[in-house]
Amino acid sequence: MAHSGIDVLTAGSNFSRLLGGLWVTIKIALIAIIIGLIIGVLLGILRTLPNRPLRFILRLYLEFFRIVPTVVLLFLFYYILPKEFNVNLPADAVATLVFALWVAAEMTDIVRGALESVPQHQKEAGQAIGLTYWQLQRYVLIPQAWPLCLPATVNLMTRVVKTTSLLMLISVMDVINIGQQIIEANNKTAPNGVFWIYGIIFIFYFMINYPLSRWAKHLNKRRLEANH
Amino acid sequence: MSTPLLHVNHLEKYYQKTHILHDVNFELNTGEVLTLLGPSGSGKSTLLRCLNGLEAYQQGSITFDGQAVTQKPKQWQQLRQQIGMVFQSYDLFPNRNVLENILLGPLKVQKRTRAAVLPEVQQLLEQVGMADYANAYPRQLSGGQKQRIAIVRALALKPKLMLFDEVTASLDPEMVRDVLNIIRQLADSHAMTMLVVTHEMDFAKQISDQVLFLADGRIREQTPGKQFFEQPQTERAQNFLASMDF
Ligand SMILES: Nc1ncnc2c1ncn2[C@@H]1O[C@H](COP(=O)(O)OP(=O)(O)O)[C@@H](O)[C@H]1O
Ligand SMILES: [Mg+2]
Repeated sequence: MAHSGIDVLTAGSNFSRLLGGLWVTIKIALIAIIIGLIIGVLLGILRTLPNRPLRFILRLYLEFFRIVPTVVLLFLFYYILPKEFNVNLPADAVATLVFALWVAAEMTDIVRGALESVPQHQKEAGQAIGLTYWQLQRYVLIPQAWPLCLPATVNLMTRVVKTTSLLMLISVMDVINIGQQIIEANNKTAPNGVFWIYGIIFIFYFMINYPLSRWAKHLNKRRLEANH
Repeated sequence: MSTPLLHVNHLEKYYQKTHILHDVNFELNTGEVLTLLGPSGSGKSTLLRCLNGLEAYQQGSITFDGQAVTQKPKQWQQLRQQIGMVFQSYDLFPNRNVLENILLGPLKVQKRTRAAVLPEVQQLLEQVGMADYANAYPRQLSGGQKQRIAIVRALALKPKLMLFDEVTASLDPEMVRDVLNIIRQLADSHAMTMLVVTHEMDFAKQISDQVLFLADGRIREQTPGKQFFEQPQTERAQNFLASMDF
């Protein structure tokens, strides 16, 4: 079995180190998604207000995070925040921050689109019974927009999980970084270890993203069915 | 004579540059039914929407129940609790069942207690023959049933004025009568003050205390009672009535 290199997975504390890395990955993705969702929903509602300067600023925010590649954002925040603003954040925190801002930016568009696709008549029917702006959002618009948001939101989550593979570039000890370290440490003794390490990482990512992607498909189907 | 419930004074409405309503004037007393007639595109819906703040008007004034309308969102939000509106397309909230549709206004807007509102709502539902449907969702109802619920939803706020905008126009003929009967009953037994836009001329004739005939955004005739139907003064009104197959 020495040739296959599969022992690399079990040798020493390798496997638990990989799991530790996976946990870092999941933690960053999860916190970023939760914070991003909350900020994104609020800002997404604001984007439906007829306030031009506000719309413009929020649009700019979205486009910035859309246009600039995530790697660049990570470097930007990792190297420039400490230098220019004297804010020293650990790499994990920088990664969480960047991902949360990215999720929030994308969410604003998902939420805005969903809210705007609720028929105007619904809004007027709500106004006609005297609902205030926030009551209208809460009882009429958001509950109807929510099912429209869900598939795109779950898709966004899978993108976030996938993009966490960039975290090693700013030295976050995520599952890929740990895997890379194990590979390098065992390069001499187990040259085929790379296959097994990335194989297990593949399985980890698959186990997270496959259910998410199935869920998104299911939600989408249900939404289409509900429309008929 | 007491002061009218609704007083519309030299109202002018534009959509951007397009002049839609020209110098609209009328009064509506408590307990009266005013029907608003006119060809399609004459501005009937626009006028109704100006009366509950869904559209802003640019000149003129409205007085409701002795209160000058300022057009501030906050004031409209208050006034809408007293000015109910029912639309052609019913517009029930699809995510809420019948009871939740109806209770939203009284509970959340007026902050009344469920215990106080429920008996009233139950009674309204019975009046419109929908008592068995409190837990149904809008998608399970026919058009006529939806419209009856939409009427109850507006009435549950105990408005002083009701606006009906062609509420039977999307309904199958056999359901039209039920809905019209409900409106008629509101006028007769409850003395509800109403402004009704309709294409049902028989109904209009029975129910009207006052008729406004609108064409191209101007009031062309303003007559008490049934007079409009028997002796329309203008040629436009005569043509209109003839075209209504009446
Ligand atoms: N939102 C809008 N923007 C611009 N023009 C409108 C709008 N709504 C209605 N109009 C125009 O105003 C006029 C009156 O429309 P409306 O009040 O709906 O008439 P009615 O209800 O009598 O059929 C029509 O010429 C219509 O095209
Ligand atoms: Mg109309």
